[in-house]
Parts: sequence; C-alpha cells; structure tokens
Amino acid sequence: MSEHSFARASHLSELEAESIHILRETVAEFANPVMLYSIGKDSQVLLHLARKAFHPAPLPFPLLHVDTTWKFRDMYAFRDAFVARHGLRLIVHQNQRALAEGINPFDHGSQKYTHAMKTQSLLEALAKHGFDAAFGGARRDEEKSRAKERVFSFRDRHGQWDPRRQRPELWNLFNGRVDAGESMRVFPLSNWTELDVWHYVLRERIPVVPLYFAAERPVIDRGGTLLMVDDERMRLRPGEKPVLRRVRFRTLGCYPLSGAIESSATTVETVIHEMVSARQSERQGRLIDHDEEGSMELKKREGYF
Amino acid sequence: MDTGLQQLLDQHSARELLRLVVVGSVDDGKSTLIGRLLYECDGLFEDQIQAVRKASAKRAAAVSASPEALAQGLKAAAGADEEALDFSLFTDGLRAEREQGITIDVAYRYLSTARRKVIVADTPGHIQYTRNMATGASTADAAVILVDARLGVLPQTRRHAYIASLLGIPYLAVAVNKMDLTGFDRDAFERIGAELVDFARALGFEGVRLFPVSASRGDNITRPSARTPWHEGGTLLAWLESLPHQRRQDDAPFRFPVQYVLRPHQDYRGLAGQIASGTLRVGDEIQVHPSGRRTRVAGIDTFDGPLEVAASPASVTLRLADEVDASRGDVLAHVDQPPLALHQLDAMLVWFGEQPLDCARRYLVKQATRTAPAHIERVLWRKELADLSEQPAESLSLNDIGRVRLVCRRPLLTDPYRDNRRTGAFIVIDALTHDTVGAGMVLGPAEDSAPGKVDASLVTQPERRAKLGQPGAIVLLPASADASTRAFQLERRLFDLGWHVSTTHGDMEVALALAAAGLVALVHTDTPQTRRALRAEARDAGAAWLELDASEDLEAQLARVVSLREAAR
Repeated sequence: MSEHSFARASHLSELEAESIHILRETVAEFANPVMLYSIGKDSQVLLHLARKAFHPAPLPFPLLHVDTTWKFRDMYAFRDAFVARHGLRLIVHQNQRALAEGINPFDHGSQKYTHAMKTQSLLEALAKHGFDAAFGGARRDEEKSRAKERVFSFRDRHGQWDPRRQRPELWNLFNGRVDAGESMRVFPLSNWTELDVWHYVLRERIPVVPLYFAAERPVIDRGGTLLMVDDERMRLRPGEKPVLRRVRFRTLGCYPLSGAIESSATTVETVIHEMVSARQSERQGRLIDHDEEGSMELKKREGYF
Repeated sequence: MDTGLQQLLDQHSARELLRLVVVGSVDDGKSTLIGRLLYECDGLFEDQIQAVRKASAKRAAAVSASPEALAQGLKAAAGADEEALDFSLFTDGLRAEREQGITIDVAYRYLSTARRKVIVADTPGHIQYTRNMATGASTADAAVILVDARLGVLPQTRRHAYIASLLGIPYLAVAVNKMDLTGFDRDAFERIGAELVDFARALGFEGVRLFPVSASRGDNITRPSARTPWHEGGTLLAWLESLPHQRRQDDAPFRFPVQYVLRPHQDYRGLAGQIASGTLRVGDEIQVHPSGRRTRVAGIDTFDGPLEVAASPASVTLRLADEVDASRGDVLAHVDQPPLALHQLDAMLVWFGEQPLDCARRYLVKQATRTAPAHIERVLWRKELADLSEQPAESLSLNDIGRVRLVCRRPLLTDPYRDNRRTGAFIVIDALTHDTVGAGMVLGPAEDSAPGKVDASLVTQPERRAKLGQPGAIVLLPASADASTRAFQLERRLFDLGWHVSTTHGDMEVALALAAAGLVALVHTDTPQTRRALRAEARDAGAAWLELDASEDLEAQLARVVSLREAAR
C-alpha cells in the first residue's frame, strides 16, 4: 500500500489521471471517435491509458493505423500480435491511389511522400469512416509547433488546422462542439515529456517494439544519419554498403526516413539512463521535421497529425 | 537494476508537478526568460541549441545588414558567445511569430528542477491575444509577471496581474527584466516593485516576490547575480522550488462530476470520472445531485484493482450500492456537504468573443461535465483595468472582464470559484458558431432578487396532473425519414383517446414548456446532441420521459404512451 500511495503522489499519476479524463470526455461528447495507432511508444502509452479509462468495458472505439507500407517489419509484427492478444478492433488504411502511382520515399522525396502516404491517407480514412474525433499520441515537448497545440484541436471540413483560430482552452473544460464534417484531434498526452513516457512504460510494464532497444542491425551512414536497411526495397547509393552496428531508435516511422542512434541500451531502465545523459532531442532523427524551418507547422495545417 | 539508476528513477517519480504561467506585456522578454530557464535547467538538447544558433544568426543578419550585426550573428552561429543566443527562439514556434517577433498563442514548455517538474505556459502579451493568456493562467499554481525596467508598470501589466488573481493563482513573482539596460539601477527597481506590489496585494495574492533580472544575460534566474549585491530575495528558480504544492485538494468537500457511465454487461454499472476535490472511501454515504437520491459507495474501481480510498485528482470508476439514476453531468457529494445547485448565478466573466456579449443570444455553458443552454440576463458591471473601478455596462467586448448574472436552463452543480477551482469554473460556448467565447468563475447565487419577485410557477405539477388527468410528459420519437408523419398520427390517436397532446420538431425549449404545462409533447429530432440534451433536461425538470423505438408499430407506441398515465399514479 505504501508503495502504491507513493506512486499516486507522483506527477506521473497526475498526468495519468488527466489523460484518462481527456479520453473519457472525448468518448462522452463525440458520436464516432477513433484512436490513431502508429505502433510507437506514445501509441502504446495512449492505448494503455485508454484501456484504463474504460475498464472493465472494452475500448469504445477502434484503432486506426495509417499504413504507409514502409514501416519496419518489426512494427507490423508487433502490431498484429498486440492487437490479437488484446482483441482490439484495428482498421488499417493505405492510400491506394498513391500506392498505384508508386509513390515512395526515394523517388518523390520525403515531403511529397509524407503528404500522400500520411496526410492524404489519414484524411481519406477519417472521411471514409465518418470519424468526428481522432486521438493522437503527440506531445507538446516534441516540436515547437506542437507546443502550441490545444488538447482539443479543432479541424475544419478539410481536416485543416489554423493556429490563429484555436479555441481558448481553460481549466479542464474542453469544448467538443463540431458541425457535420468538422472534427477534433484530441491529444491526451499533451503534457507528457519523452522522459515521462519512458518512465510510465517502466512503471506500467507496457510492451514496446524491440526496435527501441539496442541490437546489431544493418545500417548505412547517409550524411550523418544512420538508416537501417530493413528490407530489399531500400535504395542504396553508389558506395553505400550496409554494416552491422549496435543501434536503436528513439522514434519510429518509415524505415527509410527514421534515423537510428548508436546505443548499448537494451532495457527500459538503460534507455532512461541514456536519455537523461543524452544531449540530442528525440526528433533529431526525424528527417521530415527538417525539410525547412516550420515544416511541421505546414504539415499540420494541411491535416497531418 | 543498479542503485544509481534506481535513485535516478525514484527522484524523477517523486517530483511534484507545478504549473507556471509567465505573463507580461509585449516585448518585455517572456519568451527570452523561458528560453533562459530551459537552457540553464538543461531542458534543451544540443540539436535544438544548434538550430537556434543558426536562426539567431539569420535573424541578426536580416534585421540589419550592418557589418557589426552580421559579425555578431556569425559569432553566435559559431557558438562562441552564449549571450548572443536569441533565447526567445527556443519558444516562439509558429512561422507568423518568428516573422513578427511576437508570441501569438500560448505554448507549453517542460522543465525539470531538482524538486519539481514544471509545466510552463508561455503566453502572449499582446492585448489582441488576452484570451490565450487566460488559457495559460487557468491551470497555473504560480505566475511570473515581467516588467521592462525601463518602462515600468504598463496597463497590460495590470490587466495580466488582475486576470491572474481572478483565476485564483495564489503566488506571484514580479521579474523586473532588462536590468542590464538600466545599469542594474536599484532605485528604478524598487520604484517599480513598490508600485506593483501594492497593486498585487490589493488583488489578494497570497505571496508576492520581486526579482531584478536580465533574461538575456541570466541574472537572478537560476544563478544569483553579482551585479545586484543589494538583492536578497534569491533567484527565480529557488522561488519556484520553494512554493507549496497547491492543487491537491484532499481536504476540500468531495465532488465527483459523473463523466461517463460504464456498462459492459448487465451486472456492472460504473460511474467514471475524475475526483474534482476531496477524498472518498468505500462505504461512504453519498448523494446524487440534482436528483437528491442517497446511496453508499459500494466500490472504487480502477484498471489496477479496487481501492479503499481515493482522492483528487484521481480518475476512477465508482459503483453505487443501489440502482440510483446517475448519468453524465450529475455530481456525487457527501450528504453533509452538497454543492450549490444554481439556475441563476452571479459570476465573473472574461469575454473572448469577436462579437460582443449579447444578452438576447443563446449560449451554452459547460461546467464540470455538464453542458446547459443559458443566457446572460445582464451585465452588472465591467472592470476598468486602469484603476480597477467597476463601470456600468450593457455588454462585454473582446477581452473585457465583468460581473454578470447568468441564467441556466439546467441547474449548475457548482461551488464558488474561490472555494473550488474545478467546480466553480465554466466556459461559455456560442450555440451557433461553437466558438468558446467566455471563461467564467462562479461567485455564488444571484443576489438582490427584486423584492416581491416570483421565481417559479405558483401552479404545482400535481395540481396540473389532477386537472388534466395526465402527467406532463416528453415522448421522443425514433429518428427516421417519416418521423413527422408518425408523430402526427400518434398525436391524432392520443387526442381521440382524450389526451392533451401536441407535437414539436426538435425544439427543446418548446418541448419542455409543453411538458411543464402538463401536456404530452411528442418530439421528433434527428440530431444526437439534441436527443441527449433533451433527455437530461427532462430528467432535471422532473418531466415524465418516454423514448419510442423504431421497431414498434403505431399500436405498440400508443400503448406505451397510455401506460404513462398508470405509471404516474
């Protein structure tokens, strides 16, 4: 009991209670919510909080994975096993037209590729199923334009975000009113930091994709970014030859666009230890953030998460 | 796990959360102060610092093409001089903000100190964005207000201090910034300090502290400054770490706004919600508001197992000993400590709407988990922030603050804001545009009712029932394409059977008025929000309620309405 009440008093428990409140509030106020599931550590934490929020009832919404088809193989395997084990409803959506056109991260560049396979694909999926609220695992500490995002983030009929027209958001009173066609992006992890997420993964023993832990993996060094060669589709440039290095990922996306870091951290504890002494931010390995200054903001305006 | 790592983890989990808001006028250095705090508390990563180095150089070059400026920028880019870093670039994240060099919207930053995890709300100073400042201040435990040492106290400084006090922030630090530009002039500092401290004390802050700082150079932020030997108040960071943790309200009266009803199967009915204040134990006798039904708490459930006791701010699920009706918007409280149930109340209101407050317009009020249609009966006065006087006013415009009389169609289950920040707060939503147009703080029941004024009907429901031979009722028809046809057919049949009956399409107010007059109101509507709200309001108004099923034919529907009369006896 004493250990338990100690845990209760920590800021993690306060964040947990706040996130559960947000999850329940959304489900109470919207007709057709969905949870975006990207298989990353934030998704795992969000899903865990959702299971807590509605226990002992099953999740009152499905999960949606916007699949670019370029995720790591480990991620697909983890997704399928996890969903099966917990009997979750999962919708997988791929932008069929973009696939037919052969859009890929090599020929079209990260911007066009991301727009087609993530932004467009997400908007397509939300419209197809008529979702009026979508949970996302984004945190305000990730990136500067995310720091400006509300917990309840209003989107117009075209799924677009206008940072100048955000609704004031006071106390824990969220305005969930939308008209037909409009929707809300909801971010229950807004106030969590990367360190909080890992600490919570440890405290709650939440399973995460093994790619977060160090192992020997075939990588190439492209201009200082370590890219893992996950399958035969990887386009190698002249002179590039994969070599085995001990690496892990702090953030997971499409494998040709996710930089790894050299690491020896093989457990959650050592990941936390490494992070506390790390001097590089989490999104540093995210190529899509660095296309130009403010690029995340532009993507969000168009409807990206 | 090795002991060093275990210690690190324990230390991190034992930190208390503190929510801080940084306010002040345009250009007095809020973003720079926060950037400095992050930088010195190791809240920034190498690549973020590098990015800001680059941007600082670019900006310096763009602002002026003079060789000196360019050289300075390049020097910063090379990382040679920490003081040439533009700390504001760590926080102003939107393109328009960078272009204009101002903060438009509130941004949240996170930093860890030895004792605290701090969520910092960086708020805009520009008057046009006061609503965003209030957003950041609503959850804060402490406020830092910045004053430019060269300019002294500005109208916007007073406005922000007033809003911070209105929102119930107990602790205020006044950071007199840009001291380096006044040569660390002690007299100027004390003059500004005295003026603002008097003002802040009048506003009712529990503690007000003064700091002479230079955000761009780092004096008295996390390190005591050698340039202010006369200052004995320590650093801003030490102050932050010394503040008591405010938000835990274990001793306050227990309030549990029901958020969501969990009913996975017939044998389980749990009321999910976050404890707004107070402490609850299994076995406690509690009362459901507004119905007044009493019962006991049979269990406090969580994913991690049942609890014997739970306190604010935990999110839990409660099981009650009896099958009492309780749903979203209701509030559970201990029997001896009920909340106020107010149809008419006085409140302080901060107006955010581009359109001025309109007493003839219908708004929605969201308070705790309850949303009720409402209107502002009148504006009692508007605060003149220059001198804090109360001015007569007909309306409130953008960023005005005033005292209003609010009338809600469903009672708010509330407490005065000064007693309970969770249950005493509400937002005002424009029913038409859905914009959040106001933030309100409950003062208490409406005062000064006109002498001899009658508030409620002098005819009681039992009298009406006896006279008409039927209960007033709302009958909700299933949503369908031919809903109006079916309603009129049902109305005809009921009328022929001697019922007093009428039909309405979707208008909640008409339906409630008809039922209150003792009629049977047949309502058809296809919007889920109206259906839900109607049900809640009928319940609060004590009107009989019946929802017909799409699978029933006319005869079956008729039989169910007729049975209302039996049920009412």
